[in-house]
Amino acid sequence: MSNKHSGFSKPILAVIVLLGIGLLTSAIMIWWPPSPWSDAEKALIASLWIGNLPPVPDNPANNVATNADAAELGHALFFDPRLSSNAQFSCASCHQPEKRFTDGLAKARALGQSRRNTPSIVGLAYSPWLYWDGRRDSLWSQALSPLEDPQEQGSNRMAVARLVTEDVDYAVLYETVYGGLPDFSNQDRFPENAGPALVPGFKSEWARAWEDMREEDRDLVNRTFANVGKAIAAYERLLLPSASRFDEYARSIVQNNEAPGDIFNNNEEKGLRLFIGKGRCMECHNGPLFTNNEFHNTGILSAPGDLPDRGRIDGVREVKQHQFNCLGPYSDAAPNQCLELIHAREGVELIGAFKTPSLRNLQGTAPYMHKGQIVGLAETLDHYNTAPFAMIGHNEAENPLGLLPYEVNQLEAFLNTLSAPIAVDQRWLQAP
Amino acid sequence: MTTRKFLQTLIILMPMLSASGYAQQQEVDTWQSANGLYSVMVKSDLNPITINQIHSWTLQLTDAQGQDVTGAGITVKGGMPEHNHGLATAPSISSQGNGSYQLQGLRFHMPGYWELTLVITHEDVTDTVLITLNL
Repeated sequence: MSNKHSGFSKPILAVIVLLGIGLLTSAIMIWWPPSPWSDAEKALIASLWIGNLPPVPDNPANNVATNADAAELGHALFFDPRLSSNAQFSCASCHQPEKRFTDGLAKARALGQSRRNTPSIVGLAYSPWLYWDGRRDSLWSQALSPLEDPQEQGSNRMAVARLVTEDVDYAVLYETVYGGLPDFSNQDRFPENAGPALVPGFKSEWARAWEDMREEDRDLVNRTFANVGKAIAAYERLLLPSASRFDEYARSIVQNNEAPGDIFNNNEEKGLRLFIGKGRCMECHNGPLFTNNEFHNTGILSAPGDLPDRGRIDGVREVKQHQFNCLGPYSDAAPNQCLELIHAREGVELIGAFKTPSLRNLQGTAPYMHKGQIVGLAETLDHYNTAPFAMIGHNEAENPLGLLPYEVNQLEAFLNTLSAPIAVDQRWLQAP
Repeated sequence: MTTRKFLQTLIILMPMLSASGYAQQQEVDTWQSANGLYSVMVKSDLNPITINQIHSWTLQLTDAQGQDVTGAGITVKGGMPEHNHGLATAPSISSQGNGSYQLQGLRFHMPGYWELTLVITHEDVTDTVLITLNL
């Protein structure tokens, strides 16, 4: 009777009822207050708290890593466009402080376009490996590469060594830091421009000039060049994250053993639960910097028009034979202090693998991934839902996460609680 | 609760209890080889063992009679069976004499269950030791 009265047939009514139940369930799932944290969950949250971040590790390969004058010198060098061949590009051209030391581009652009996305520098002093493929093993050796890269600053080590020893302000600081100032005034021995042929065909006259130099003169230039990198590294070590809203939440759990109600909203708290649980994010994004600084193939597709990038498999070979590595002649470390380099693994797992980035301060650092392939956070999370086959190598995250759309929103809400200013005085975030 | 049920519950709970990231690894731990030929006392120079830090272990190798075994060939492999991947590093083992060996260059890069397998060969006798950790 009532069916006739309402005008619905039985099947339609059943569908409406089911839809209603479904909607109600979803609404309850989304709005239901989170359950209290278990002790195991509290421990996981504590492991991500910035208060558990140890002091910046020593870098035995860099004797001036914690030298205050070296940091001043490095600060000035970081912002100095004279370190490029056309005097237009400094480190800060791509590592822009206002964008958390990234550039907002898919791939870095200076003299030309480089191969990959500009990573942030904040907190990198904790990483044993630099670059997406880890082809350098210290901040200082990394800082040297863009200076001589034709697509980046396109200069040469002779010109850089000359600038840092002949500019009056630099010379004073350099001598203070390194206890001596090399003399490059003899033009017969030290040309204006010279450097090894790192890229075939690029500035062959610089390479010829380099070949013509005496070995001990090349060594002096290399040493001065390495010292430029060590000063820049001393500056970069200062760039650390500060406590975010998540850290306030975690601190309360660590110190008071309870989660306060007014720091996270419902969505953010559920996002945290997904982060430490179903989302399996902590398998790689772990520790107070939300990264294990290790290399993983997660099946990120290559950028349109690009061949698949081999990543770490090439990076590990390059770093092991690189002149400026921890075991090289310009490192300050004893060989037994280079444990990471000595024990760097190789093997097929590293094909198409890239370094896990920190998740602190994702806001303002898009696009993401090694070639900026993914524009937004929600799309990034969707990638792990899709778990595509890797184009080369094997996708370690091969099991789709099965996150529902509202769970993606919750995770994104949580990730946005990780933003906080850089923990240094403002003066370090601009040219001196 | 029957003993079996209790054990089952314990086995289910173990990974959760130890998923803390600050798992209470004992400073010194002794492991027996599969066929009982060797035992290995493990001492980590990082205590507690935490993720993402490279470090070394000292291994003290003894035979079934408790005598130090010097000059054995030991290789190490490891990984996370649940994630189907190996170690983040390529550790090495060197003999220090008197049955002592240094396992250098270990770094665990994920929380969870890890396994290390030592293959020990001494005077043509080979046995394996499985070491498990929850980090």
